[in-house]
Amino acid sequence: MRNLIACVTGIVFALGLGVSGMTLPSKVIGFLDVTGNWDPSLLFVMGSAIPVYMLAWFWRRRHTPWLGGAKFPKPRADLDWRLFAGATLFGIGWGLAGICPGPAVTILGRPTLPALVFFGSLAGGMLLFRLVDRPKAVTNIPSTAR
Amino acid sequence: MNLNDTTLALAGGAMIGLAAAGWLVLTGKTAGVSGMLYGMVKPEPAERGWQASFLLGLLVGGIGLSLFWPQRLPELAADRLWLYAAAGALVGFGTRLGGGCTSGHGVCGIGRLSLRSIAGTCVFIAAGVAAVYLFRHVAGV
Repeated sequence: MRNLIACVTGIVFALGLGVSGMTLPSKVIGFLDVTGNWDPSLLFVMGSAIPVYMLAWFWRRRHTPWLGGAKFPKPRADLDWRLFAGATLFGIGWGLAGICPGPAVTILGRPTLPALVFFGSLAGGMLLFRLVDRPKAVTNIPSTAR
Repeated sequence: MNLNDTTLALAGGAMIGLAAAGWLVLTGKTAGVSGMLYGMVKPEPAERGWQASFLLGLLVGGIGLSLFWPQRLPELAADRLWLYAAAGALVGFGTRLGGGCTSGHGVCGIGRLSLRSIAGTCVFIAAGVAAVYLFRHVAGV
C-alpha cells in the first residue's frame, strides 16, 4: 500500500513535468538561453511549484509522516565547496542536454537511444561519485559504526 | 512563449509542487529525484523501497505521456549521442556532489527557504546559462 502511494506520487510528479514542459529539452534550453530567444515560461513552473511546496513545509515539517518513519531532519545550513562545484557541473550538463534527473526518468516512457544513453551516463556519473566519495575512509571508523 | 505555455507551466508546476508536498507529508523526506536515483546504488538502502516506487511512478507517468500526449516527450537528436553521454555524466556526478538537482534544491529546498538550496539553484542556473551561451552562441554545438 505504501509503495502504491509512493508510485502514485511519482506519476503525478511525472505528469507535472510533462504538462509544464520540463520534459522538453528545447524549452529548458530556451529558458537558459537568456542571450538568445529567451523562453521564460519555466520560471512559472518554479513560481507555482515552490509556493505549493512551501505551504506543505510550514504546515507539516514538525509532524510525523503519515506513512511512518522519522520527522524531517534538521536541514544543513552551511555552504561548502562541494555544493558549488557540484551545482556547477550539474548546471553545465543541464545546459548541454536540457535534461535534469526527473525528466531523465520520465522521458524513458518512450525509450529512444539518446534518452537511454543520457540515463545510462547519469547512472554512471552517480556510480563514479560513489566510488570517489569516501570522506570517512581515512578516519579508520569500522564500516558498521558509520 | 504564449498564454498557453504560461498556463501549462503554472499548472504543471502546481502538480510538481503537490507531488513533492505529498512526498513530504507522507514520508517526511525531500522529493529530490537525483537523491532517489542515488538511493538505488548507494551503500545504505534504508528507503530504497519507497524511492524505487516513486521512480517507477515517474516512468509510468512517462509511459502515460507517450500514449496520450506524445508531444510532451522530446525528439532527441540520435546523431549527437556524445552530447547526451557527456551531459548525463555531468548531471549524475554533479547532482550528487552538490547534493541535489532541480527538484531537491530548486523546488523543495527553496520551498523551505534553505540557504544551501537557494545558493545551489542560483549556481546551477548560472552554470546552465553559461553553458548554453558557450555551446550555442560561441561554439555553435
